[in-house]
Amino acid sequence: MSQRNDTEDEMKRIAKIIYDQISQGEIPELGMKARIRENIVLDPLLGVWKYGDQEVRRNAKKMDGAQFMARMLYSIQFITEMLKESKSSTLREMYYISEGWKDYKFHAQEESNLLVEDMEVMTTLMREDFHLRPEENGASIIGNITLEEKNRKGEFKRINCRDDVGDSGYTIPYNVEEEKLHLISHDADMIVAMETGGMFDRLVENRFDEDSRAILVHLKGQPARSTRRLLKRMNQEMGIPVYVFTDGDPWSFRIFASIAYGAIKTAHISDWLAVPTAEFLGITATDILQYDLPTDSLTDQDISALNAELQDPRFMTEFWKNEIETMLKIGKKAEQQALAKYGLNFVTDTYLPDKLNMRY
Amino acid sequence: MPKKAETDSYRQVSVSEFFEKNRHMLGFDSLQKSLFMMVKEAVDNSLDACEEHGIIPEISVGITLLKEDMYEVAVLDNGPGIERTVVPRVFGQLLYGSRFHVLKQSRGQQGIGITAAILYGQSTSGEPSVITTRRPEDAVAYRFVLGIDVKNNTAHVHSEDPVIWEKPSGTEIRIRAKGRFISGKQSIGEYLRELAVVNPNAKISFTDPEGKKTIFEKSIDEPSKPPKATKPHPYGVEIGDILSICRESKEDSLESLLSSSFSRVSKSTALEILKNAEVDPSTPPSRVEKQIAEKIISGIMKTKLMPPSAESLSPITEHFIRTGMLSVYGEHKPSFYGKPVSGRVAIYKGNPFSVETGMVYGGALPSDETIQVLRYANKVPLLFHPGSCAITKAISELDWRQFGFEQKQGKGVPYGPAIIMVHVYGPRLPYTSESKEAIAPVDEITEAVKSAIKMELKQLRKFNSRADRNKRMGEKFQLVSTVIPEIAKKSSEILSLEIPDCRVVISKIANVVFVRESIKEENGKKYSVTEVINYTMSPISMNLKVIFGEKETDLKIEGLDMSETFTYKHDEPLEQGMEAEYYFTGINPVLVQGAEELPSDWGLKGVETYESEE
Repeated sequence: MSQRNDTEDEMKRIAKIIYDQISQGEIPELGMKARIRENIVLDPLLGVWKYGDQEVRRNAKKMDGAQFMARMLYSIQFITEMLKESKSSTLREMYYISEGWKDYKFHAQEESNLLVEDMEVMTTLMREDFHLRPEENGASIIGNITLEEKNRKGEFKRINCRDDVGDSGYTIPYNVEEEKLHLISHDADMIVAMETGGMFDRLVENRFDEDSRAILVHLKGQPARSTRRLLKRMNQEMGIPVYVFTDGDPWSFRIFASIAYGAIKTAHISDWLAVPTAEFLGITATDILQYDLPTDSLTDQDISALNAELQDPRFMTEFWKNEIETMLKIGKKAEQQALAKYGLNFVTDTYLPDKLNMRY
Repeated sequence: MPKKAETDSYRQVSVSEFFEKNRHMLGFDSLQKSLFMMVKEAVDNSLDACEEHGIIPEISVGITLLKEDMYEVAVLDNGPGIERTVVPRVFGQLLYGSRFHVLKQSRGQQGIGITAAILYGQSTSGEPSVITTRRPEDAVAYRFVLGIDVKNNTAHVHSEDPVIWEKPSGTEIRIRAKGRFISGKQSIGEYLRELAVVNPNAKISFTDPEGKKTIFEKSIDEPSKPPKATKPHPYGVEIGDILSICRESKEDSLESLLSSSFSRVSKSTALEILKNAEVDPSTPPSRVEKQIAEKIISGIMKTKLMPPSAESLSPITEHFIRTGMLSVYGEHKPSFYGKPVSGRVAIYKGNPFSVETGMVYGGALPSDETIQVLRYANKVPLLFHPGSCAITKAISELDWRQFGFEQKQGKGVPYGPAIIMVHVYGPRLPYTSESKEAIAPVDEITEAVKSAIKMELKQLRKFNSRADRNKRMGEKFQLVSTVIPEIAKKSSEILSLEIPDCRVVISKIANVVFVRESIKEENGKKYSVTEVINYTMSPISMNLKVIFGEKETDLKIEGLDMSETFTYKHDEPLEQGMEAEYYFTGINPVLVQGAEELPSDWGLKGVETYESEE
């Protein structure tokens, strides 16, 4: 995280590039790392995937590029004013504030989110530096880990995520940095991060957290940055191994990839978010065959997503190549809750122990 | 031949009893349709009468609900009025009408319509109709309470009284009858709306049973030209026609009968026809039997005749169609008004006919629905039986996709934001039924309709390609005139610096001279303003011809600097749907957007030869 002045300087640097180009009679142009699948490379030191050297240049020759630049300047102005007043806003608020930018307003929140990410890539700062935050997404934790979270009064409050919380667990806040959240202690052997609420509840009810000394995390589908960041901190600072337990379909594979390798959209902050040692416990094509699980047929979108994954550098390992090709061959996918075919305890008594043993 | 008195041209055919039992043949086939037919017959008669007498029509229609299913229809016009002695025969006898056996393009049914309406009223309500009429030369109006004696096919006049009437002339008819009032596509309201389209010189007002009043104001202040009556052309006649003409003729020989009763037949062609028919030219017409009539027909077929004259055709005219479409459909703010097309004169069974079309396109008209088709025959809107009509057939057989419409497999009524009007007109048009609700889909007519619509659509294609170009040009203009300056301004605001000069950047991006029309409002009037903006790298000079409706203006632009704008406001206010056209000379054509290069044969004052800049 950077200081306010650094952030302001970085923002002004972008404005200056445009200003200077216009003054010199040049058509304004901005360059940034290409945020595409073809431009992510493995950082051998950190084991995460980051953007490579490919650049995209956006200029004001066409309406699209000019609109992009104008919006970026409006956003910069909005952010620098917010910084001056020590305010912050949600990404959604910024989207609504753009209503007042008339011709330059965002037409969907996705547009404003993308632009904020573009600014992160260009400035190498993070949206927290811009005083922009996402909506709470309510991902949660149950397990024997103790944290301290700063409350609205500015006091750090100590919480044990097994003893001090209800059935739905401890809700992960959007800011999980040291200034907001201290990791105090834990007594666990692993973190199991789950895609669906149903499986999270199953493991809680089966007391998997206690019996297997696991910290259970509910990812709520594609995990938010804060969830991934907290996984990263628990892994890095407390040395707890991370296991990702998902459905068996191409979208779930992407959830795992974003946790373990970094997401394509946010590869500029992969080293800050990704847990390169995370392991996949989710349903694989092999599991579908081995356990004879109830399945659904792959849809056309599933098939094209799997084929795209075969081209994705993050999935270019023997394991993934094999599993993706097998899934395409059998044409089937399965949910993690399909394991209930063999009873409610099957997942905790048999499936997870088997998988974990296989890994060790 | 003695000149016939006006009243003499009414001829009697006794069929009222027959029609009472078969009224569906006249269109009185359901409660809602019957109510519609009564209005239509009365209004059509009013328009015909006004047209014949050069009167600008003012017609008001009122429908009142008396009790369940029982209505009073009242139609009042400012027409010429009717001579009182003729009233019983005009209104009270079926097939009494001034048009039977006369070849003339007219609106109403041939002398059966209004009488059928009165007859329908009488048989469903048991009440006679009330007719009030006054001619300008009469001191008072005459009010008739009049029914029909079905057995004898005559009017049954209950009373006739002179009354004081505030109107200087006109006719009002009130009929009470069973009916049902509806709104929508096949309603009285729609009929009057479509009438207003082709009668922009008529004021038509309508009060529905709920008291809601709709007024179609006139937008043209001149009467429409009446059609001319012509004699029939021999190629169109049938045996029955020959027999009845012979029966009624006062001529003493076939030779003189042919040359006096038909068009394009002189003494010598009459002789030629009879020679080809192998019939003695001196045969008295009274002696003509079926056999001789057949011979005459074959004689006609063997004789080369001049094609029928188009004199009897009465078009709505381009001016009327354009104005009518504008005033009735202007509320949709169409982006394009097609210039009305009038097709060539064609012949069907010896009778001339032609086609006119008009179109509005775009604006607020829905693009995901089928186009709206306004069908007209002899200036009368056709609302019923679209499926069996020549106009619908022509539209369905045309491939509209090439003109930017959606159409399944290139067949059927297309989808798109358009209202198209098609008017087929001529004496003796073939209809699918006696009630004249659809034009018979004969090849001659469908082909003529197709070719007229194609001409209409070609304009649309031109407009659309221009609209595409304008859109691209508009975007680029927006980019350099608004977005780039905004980027310059914002970046300077953030940095607290002076706004940088972005003219060079703009010229680099655009490198064109924009010619555009904008609208300026002054004192509630809209004016067209021509703007020429130099977004090239250096000063420019050019000649610009502005064509605005009928008016042409030549502008000379000299030394217009980079990012400078030249403006010219037109003196006359803008009419809806008008658009300036721009042509230029004296500058490299690749530098200009929004104007066409002037065709070389037009000439433009002060033309200079162009010299390349680079």
